[in-house]
Amino acid sequence: MARALIHVPASAKKGDVIEIKTLISHVMETGYRIGITGTPIPRDIIDDFVCTYNGEEVFRAKLYPAIAANPFITFFTVATASGTLAFAWTDQHGATQVQTAAITVE
Amino acid sequence: MDQSRSRREILQAAAALAGGGALLRLSIRPAAATPEMMKDAVRSVIGEAPVKKGKVKLDLPPLVENGNSVPCTVSVESPMTAADYVKAIHIFNEKNPQPNVISVKFGPRAGRASFSTRIRLADSQTVTAIAELSDGSFWSDDIDVIVTLAACVEEPKP
Repeated sequence: MARALIHVPASAKKGDVIEIKTLISHVMETGYRIGITGTPIPRDIIDDFVCTYNGEEVFRAKLYPAIAANPFITFFTVATASGTLAFAWTDQHGATQVQTAAITVE
Repeated sequence: MDQSRSRREILQAAAALAGGGALLRLSIRPAAATPEMMKDAVRSVIGEAPVKKGKVKLDLPPLVENGNSVPCTVSVESPMTAADYVKAIHIFNEKNPQPNVISVKFGPRAGRASFSTRIRLADSQTVTAIAELSDGSFWSDDIDVIVTLAACVEEPKP
């Protein structure tokens, strides 16, 4: 679907609160703009973002057209165990893009 | 004499055209939400629960140069334990075409009830953040922002 950038610390101590930064390239077309032909440009947005940590959901966001293009979201989670963090963006048409990042917890 | 009349006619025609253009421009601007629409949106998300001020910190620049991308951070004071945590944070605005901005769900696993994103603002307005705690109480914070270049009304690039 698009290019996504994720920043997760490569390693953390058990119990640490870690910051996760995510960015995905997407126009987030609001559906309120008029195109050069005079017709409205159809809405095209990512409306759901989920982060799972070893299969457990830790963060979920519902996005509306008021989110700027190339949605950038940062949030926190507790480092509990080594494993993978999976990030899934779903657009209004149901297409999902999944990206994963590994973390080592001591 | 004839010449001056034609000149007046041309000027009148030009003025009419300009007026028509302005009217057209106004009519194609998307309808903005109103504070009442925001209240309805808030009620549809959180129900009839009372909302208290405090605990929530909404961080937005008070003067925004470009409404297309406004950095925005919300954080809530909470220990984020299994017994006491923030369940959700919602952001609303008054004057964008749609009152909802983002709804975020947390759990005790979040560690810190805080997130950042970038939002669009179509006009100078009040932005409100509402947090839902695990005990069922709602807390809010709001900020007045001044927007110099509004989002959504720009013509797209051909």
